Amino acid sequence: MERNPMGRQLAIMRQSLFDQGYLDEQFIQLEELQDDANPNFVEEVVTLYYRDSARLILNIEQALERKPFDFNKLDDYMHQFKGSSSSIGAKKVKAESTLFREYCKSGNGEGCTRTFQQLKKEYATLRKKLEAYFQMARQAGPMETACRPK
Amino acid sequence: MNSSSGKGSMSTASSSAAWKAGDAVPEQFPAGLRVLVVDDDQTCLMILEKMLRTCLYEVTKCNRAEIALSMLRENKNGFDIVISDVHMPDMDGFKLLEHIGLEMDLPVIMMSADDGKHVVMKGVTHGACDYLIKPVRMEALKNIWQHVVRKWKDEWKDFEQSGSVEEGDRQQKQSEDADYSSSANEGNWKSSKKRKDDEDEAEERDDTSTLKKPRVVWSVELHQQFVAAVNQLGIDKAVPKKILELMNVPGLTRENVASHLQKYRLYLKRLSGVSQHQSNPNNSFISPEEAAFGPLSSLNGLDLQTLAATGQLPAQSLATLQAAGLGRSTAKSSIPMPLVDQRNIFSFENPKLRFGEGQQQHMNNNKQINLFHGIPTTMEPKQLASLHHTAQSIGNINMQVTSHGAQSFQNNSLLMPMAQPQSRGQVLNNSTVGHAPTLPSSMGQPILSNGVAVNVSPRNGIPENIRAPGYNPVSQTSSILNFPMNTASELPGNSFTLGSTPGISGLTSKGAFQEDVNSEMKGLGEFLSSYDTFNDLNQHKPQNWEIQYVGMTYDASQHSNSLQDNLDLMQSVLVQQGFSSGQVNGQNRSAAVVRKAMFSAGDSTEHVNAQNVNQHLNSLVENTIRVKSERVADASAANLFPNHFGQEDLMSALLKQEGILPAENEFDFDGYSMDDIQE
Repeated sequence: MERNPMGRQLAIMRQSLFDQGYLDEQFIQLEELQDDANPNFVEEVVTLYYRDSARLILNIEQALERKPFDFNKLDDYMHQFKGSSSSIGAKKVKAESTLFREYCKSGNGEGCTRTFQQLKKEYATLRKKLEAYFQMARQAGPMETACRPK
Repeated sequence: MNSSSGKGSMSTASSSAAWKAGDAVPEQFPAGLRVLVVDDDQTCLMILEKMLRTCLYEVTKCNRAEIALSMLRENKNGFDIVISDVHMPDMDGFKLLEHIGLEMDLPVIMMSADDGKHVVMKGVTHGACDYLIKPVRMEALKNIWQHVVRKWKDEWKDFEQSGSVEEGDRQQKQSEDADYSSSANEGNWKSSKKRKDDEDEAEERDDTSTLKKPRVVWSVELHQQFVAAVNQLGIDKAVPKKILELMNVPGLTRENVASHLQKYRLYLKRLSGVSQHQSNPNNSFISPEEAAFGPLSSLNGLDLQTLAATGQLPAQSLATLQAAGLGRSTAKSSIPMPLVDQRNIFSFENPKLRFGEGQQQHMNNNKQINLFHGIPTTMEPKQLASLHHTAQSIGNINMQVTSHGAQSFQNNSLLMPMAQPQSRGQVLNNSTVGHAPTLPSSMGQPILSNGVAVNVSPRNGIPENIRAPGYNPVSQTSSILNFPMNTASELPGNSFTLGSTPGISGLTSKGAFQEDVNSEMKGLGEFLSSYDTFNDLNQHKPQNWEIQYVGMTYDASQHSNSLQDNLDLMQSVLVQQGFSSGQVNGQNRSAAVVRKAMFSAGDSTEHVNAQNVNQHLNSLVENTIRVKSERVADASAANLFPNHFGQEDLMSALLKQEGILPAENEFDFDGYSMDDIQE
């Protein structure tokens, strides 16, 4: 991969996603599942995640507009969202989800709202970064599955 | 591989691909495990599916609990294990867990992003066999097969234990077999089988093996403790009470020990009988090869012993058979006895688990099948080939199983071997289970071939698929079986080996085979119904065979001679069926049995020779099937194998000798005289 400048760039990009805490080990699990039979597995999963979780984000948003907050419901939504996010290795998003649930459990509406805003930001940021990453990966060529950090 | 959420079918293709002849034994068993994964989260579902596929499991994904439940209900034997999320919109995961536990008694793994102690506890109390925290890693999924095996063991054990207490009225034979608890179990099995026909499987299961009932699982460690205690006391002086004291295992009852001791004694007898030929109890796989013949003889001997032990076979018959077998074992087929034994051990477990009550039925079926093997059939060479292949896989599987100690697999293997030796053509049947029709119809004992296969596949739950000539289920199982067979058995590529495998496949396909056979015998309504039952059982697990072995294999598992044990069991079963014990024998035996059967059947014994074994097996299988069809008409509905089913000469010989007539339509062939077998 190093022979390929694109490859190298891709590797750097990838590494920084980990270093900056956007992705965690679980993402590596996905990468390991990628093979010749499913050469774009990771991208497919991430795409599916964003599509599927959009629904949950919407539900939470709507629930946060109803006062008083139904913390149980909110917690429930977030639980699902968290599970989904953690399965693709979205580290920061997952952290925000956990925080949100804490606030739900303690009935802290303000905390929930605040956290949710933060969560959406992280959610959007990650999406952009991954989109760029996948695009680079496609350009870099098929051998561009970056080596995983040990 | 399985399609997503739509069906729970088992695609053989994917699984078959996973099983390749020659694969390391240990690798085979988990491969092809049929997993149903339920999660409303599409992302997780996709990831899990890919992970499970990478583990070589057969995956069906489902995002609705209700759909999953209906899939499970429609196809009771279609899955080996279920993985379910806790939080789902349409149904609580724990509720689904309860339903599955009650209705299908499948192992269920819960998963959730929630790792709170309280939730995990809930999983435990609701009966989940494991709890995974999301995000789930591949490593966590790799070993889920252990839960399947564990459950099989539990069921088997449970079955065995409760067998004696259930359906006492049905066990007329039991009185004859009073001396042998195993036979009692068998009787129970039979009864169970019958019951299964009538009742919901779950009910039966619940009767004898409710989920909540504590089970005694004779794990390797426990068995070792047992063996140590017995050795310390001296085999002659070892009485259950003392053994129990020495073992000092809380929760273990004297009855548990007693029944286990019985099996162990049988196992030892077999060993001594076999030792002359080959004595690698532990390397059964290897040795059989060398002593291709030996194993056979051993098998016969073993089986006979087993049979005798179980009261199914009079002691003298056993000796006779053994002698006959020995005399006959011309076939070098490297009966993978050891393999068989080992496999059988597991097979036992499997069938038990799967069938629960149904096991009894299976037993019957098995028996029939076994008989089938014995009957020389005119399997076509190609069938043989297929069986061969299957046997191979089965063999492998067996091997694997053995190595894992994951028993259920092994059982299957055993079956296979059995199938092989016996059915010249039959063996192939395993693989050809799919071809069920081709299986020796005359034998009507497709069991053998099927039996083998049956055991083979925990995966085989494919009985349904069996219908198709493509016999998917069988292939699945078969492949598994074949593997062990082939690999394990360094068996000299004897046809037996092949035969075994095929046989095994056949066995696995027990369900399949049966189905196939059934289809063949359309006319034989009764027969078919019995088959269906059988298939049903098979579906659960190919372990149908296992049931037979239950008693035997169990012991065997502990010892490398499991194969032999299995074979013995198989023989027992077969014998029960009315087939010459030779037929029944597991692989090793199978060969011998087959030979015998062949002889009995009038087939040329020469076929038995390794090379020809396969072919013969095929023919055997075919004959068996044929016989079956002929007989089926006679058979009572309940009996898969009519008493008078099977090779006439064999059966009558057996029956005459022993003067035992099946009390019921089911295979209550307790007293088959083996004398005739030796032709």
